[in-house]
Amino acid sequence: MSKELIRLRDLCMAYDNEPVLNNINLYINDKEFLTLLGPSGCGKTTTLRIIGGFVTPTSGDVLFDGVRINDVPPYQRQINTVFQKYALFPHLNVFENIAFGLRMQKRPDPSDPTGKRMMKIPEEEIRERVMEMLEVISLKGFENRRPDALSGGQQQRVAIARALVNKPKVLLLDEPLGALDLKLRKDMQIELKRIQQQVGITFIYVTHDQEEALTMSDTIVVMDKGSIQQIGTPEDIYNEPKNAFVADFIGESNIIDGVMVRDKLVQMYGKQFPCLDGGFAENEPVDVVIRPEDIDIVPVEQGQLTGTVTNVTFKGMQYDIIVDFRGFKWLIQTTDHSPVGARIGIKLDPDSIHVMKKSAYSGMFGDYSSFSEEYDELDDASLALDEEESGDEE
Amino acid sequence: MKNKLSRFAIPYVIWMALFVVAPIIMVVVYAFSSADGGFTLDNFSNMGTYAVVFGRSFKLAFIATVICLAIGYPVSYMMSKEGPGFQRIAMVLIMLPMWINFLLRTYSWMSILENNGLLNQLFRSIGLISLYNRVFGTELQFFPMMNTQGAVVLGMVYNYLPFMILPIYSVIIKLDNSLIEAARDLGANSINVFRRVILPLSFPGILSGITMVFVPSVSTFAISKMLGGGTEMILGDLIEQQFLGGAYNPQLGAAISLVMMVIVVVCMVVMNRFGEGEEQAVML
Repeated sequence: MSKELIRLRDLCMAYDNEPVLNNINLYINDKEFLTLLGPSGCGKTTTLRIIGGFVTPTSGDVLFDGVRINDVPPYQRQINTVFQKYALFPHLNVFENIAFGLRMQKRPDPSDPTGKRMMKIPEEEIRERVMEMLEVISLKGFENRRPDALSGGQQQRVAIARALVNKPKVLLLDEPLGALDLKLRKDMQIELKRIQQQVGITFIYVTHDQEEALTMSDTIVVMDKGSIQQIGTPEDIYNEPKNAFVADFIGESNIIDGVMVRDKLVQMYGKQFPCLDGGFAENEPVDVVIRPEDIDIVPVEQGQLTGTVTNVTFKGMQYDIIVDFRGFKWLIQTTDHSPVGARIGIKLDPDSIHVMKKSAYSGMFGDYSSFSEEYDELDDASLALDEEESGDEE
Repeated sequence: MKNKLSRFAIPYVIWMALFVVAPIIMVVVYAFSSADGGFTLDNFSNMGTYAVVFGRSFKLAFIATVICLAIGYPVSYMMSKEGPGFQRIAMVLIMLPMWINFLLRTYSWMSILENNGLLNQLFRSIGLISLYNRVFGTELQFFPMMNTQGAVVLGMVYNYLPFMILPIYSVIIKLDNSLIEAARDLGANSINVFRRVILPLSFPGILSGITMVFVPSVSTFAISKMLGGGTEMILGDLIEQQFLGGAYNPQLGAAISLVMMVIVVVCMVVMNRFGEGEEQAVML
């Protein structure tokens, strides 16, 4: 197992008594690609800036290799940053931009036995290391260009090289792909992952783009309102979201009010569905997540639930259809076309149902229309037919 | 004249032609003319006698520019670090003297600097003058400050300092803070951040500040006349004398003006060439 490199302990941050981070506890392993994911204002950039040393936390500790570094200025940390808008020095060419960090460094002079005399990095070594970096980012031959003579993607790569040439232990990336167009962004995602594996250091990546996070990360930290909502691998986060916020933020989710009858049996719409989750109290109210791609459409008579199609959108690979189940609208992704107004049945496999504890976010997400009043009238007589069928399933 | 709106520029073009281009042509013509109107180079070959005045003019203007830069840059830099409220007030304070007539401002310096002026009264009342006399064994009644080169430089600095501060400030305030953060992130301490990033990027502001202080300083005549008392003649006075004063010789005056213009233009071209790279950088 890789060892722990950075630990954030009870980190709090407030600007003008306005809390932006509440009790952040997080550890980051060496050589890990960790993503801080969340909507704007969730505190992810502040967390990154605290790690980078640009802001000092109100309380709590930042540990680097077990040493507290709260008060260490940025230039003394073995951490470099790739800024959102690249922040390349406009008055320096590509070579000098990348060499900037090396020119700032001093190290003990080997010819001095006391080891006290410091020397600059010799020019040949700077040249060598910059050229090496240019190769890593595939921009050889661009060393004399000014940053404004480069495309956005090239500037981005120079910014990465400028940080990496210092051989930091950690690279911080603050929404580095935000300014690029979609195609370039996809290429750069793969490129970034490749660079991270090639240089073998920790990347801490900040983004609000869930797809970017899922593509590149080893670990995703989902944040909202200054708190960590969930930490896990991309698969964990997607398949086992902890609360309605995470479920809604990562991918598409239908989130339905349910009751955990007992382990591996959840009730919603007054019907019971077998599932794989456990560890809840008996008859505990829960949030049930059903991903739109996990739903099978079946003829009405075979359906565990039946609903009416209210909207169909062709998305290329699939149709996104909105289906009204007694006022609560679900998103279903299907390759079969169902016309608007059609009655359809659906079938839910046990592994397509994910049960979450109720949280502050319950009821805020997961409906694909506005929350409907009809939803309260669940026990209508019109549901009789559905109830019969649910019996068969058990 | 492709654009229809460009016809609104016609009055200005006429104005320019009448009051800028035509006078320059007249200066050039006069400079190469003798008193009876024939072509001559005498005006230039005789100029050697005034080398002292040329030297003094450029020296004083140079000193004033250096002092303006030495004061103006730190002021601009510190202002840019303060809050917007402070910046607004500081800006008003810097601009305020410029709302008062140039001659009035310079006159007021006369009453401050003269032998019985405000400063000398202050020095006398705090005992500075008697202290000086005791230390150096002199018997001064006042510090002679008027009619010195120092007074002329002071007048230049006072009058033109805002022209140094404003362009530098406007460049520094526009500096992207993430550049400074990037430099710190890459291992630069405060000194290196300033030397490697802020200073080179504020170069265009420094250049235009220098231009805007040096050019009027080198050609001013009111300041030297009022604060230098005519004893410290500089180019502006010399030229004025040729046109209005007793040494009436407009041809020579035109020739001196022409030489001064050429020197200034050459200085500016050289400086702008020097700063070209930086200029582009900021246009980014």
